[in-house]
Amino acid sequence: MNTNTKLPERDEIEALLPWFAAGTLSRKDAARVEAALKADNELAQRFELVREELGETIRLNEDLGAPSSRALKSLFAKIDAEPARRPAASFDLAGRVSSFIASFAPRTLAYAGAVAALAIVLQAGVITSLVSNRGGDANYKTVSVDPGQGAFALVRFAPNATAADITKFLEDSKAVVVDGPKNGMYRVRLAVTGMPKEELARIIKQMQDNKTVGFVAPVQ
Amino acid sequence: MQQTSDEVLIQRIAGGDRLAMQVLYARHHVRVFRFVLRLVRNEATAEDLISEVFLDVWRQAGRFEGRSAVTTWLLAIARFKALSALRGRKEAELDDEVAEAVEDTSDNPEVAMQKKDTGEILRKCLTKLSAEHKEIIDLVYYHEKSVEEVAEIVGIPENTVKTRMFYARKKLAEELKAAGIERGWP
Repeated sequence: MNTNTKLPERDEIEALLPWFAAGTLSRKDAARVEAALKADNELAQRFELVREELGETIRLNEDLGAPSSRALKSLFAKIDAEPARRPAASFDLAGRVSSFIASFAPRTLAYAGAVAALAIVLQAGVITSLVSNRGGDANYKTVSVDPGQGAFALVRFAPNATAADITKFLEDSKAVVVDGPKNGMYRVRLAVTGMPKEELARIIKQMQDNKTVGFVAPVQ
Repeated sequence: MQQTSDEVLIQRIAGGDRLAMQVLYARHHVRVFRFVLRLVRNEATAEDLISEVFLDVWRQAGRFEGRSAVTTWLLAIARFKALSALRGRKEAELDDEVAEAVEDTSDNPEVAMQKKDTGEILRKCLTKLSAEHKEIIDLVYYHEKSVEEVAEIVGIPENTVKTRMFYARKKLAEELKAAGIERGWP
């Protein structure tokens, strides 16, 4: 059985019925299903079966009861046996970066800015050098000399990402840092030329799944 | 009154806040327990596992990045724990369970019809599905997880989530038919 076969339109709508019944479809997909249900009586009848399954699944689960207080006692006994915690870590990466930066003296900050700028210049330089050594392709040359063209994303790296992680991530993603950081975000180029929305969305999704990245979004 | 979000609770748990842990536990432990219980089919094991799940939350809260809902994260941990527990179970024990499940199907169509309660039969058929099919039906119908969230919890592509749900429903229809309920689908 090939479970990845692309379903024809009607089958695809039918496959979405359970999520439509549970109210967990995107607005766009929900509208598609709603329109199909209005136009297709047989599909509407099948939807009633889905609703019946939904209701009985909820009832079955609700009948399962709840755990005893033993589970909670056991949990907190284990927590008590854990080593003491250090002070809370914040999720606010921007805040963390600001605090981190604020902790430096102005001279250090100027130095850090220079290093970041140098890193961008170096990255561009390395690409130029690589391309020159290959004998040249006009498009590739553009990467290092014209940061205004192509497909881009804004990236904020995970707080625990090391320099090695970031380097590997950029290599794997074939991405180039062209600007930043601004508010903890870097502008990276994903492709020399523009790319279809679907392709861009796929790459962004892949990047989101990478532990090195805290946040990523496409940008013009 | 606005409820503290799960994400804020996780942030506090990361800082060692036991009260936040209690609140998160109170909010989600029943659903996590039911999800695990449907997979391991043993209450004592399910209780042990949920304390393990929340202990992982206590330990790993600082690493939670907020890319998915806290409930999705909880269910993914719970699933991993449940499957590990199942793998560790003795084969003989599993064989007994399979035999029990087979015996359960012995109602002939007439007896089933006499029960005159489609809902009851449907619930019984839901318990007879494979762990894989039970899991996806529960995640979609009871835990209200989207296609994307199910994919994340189970670790399969989104298209496979849709087709697996389709086949789980098809299998359910077959179980119903065997129990004397013809729904006209598939």
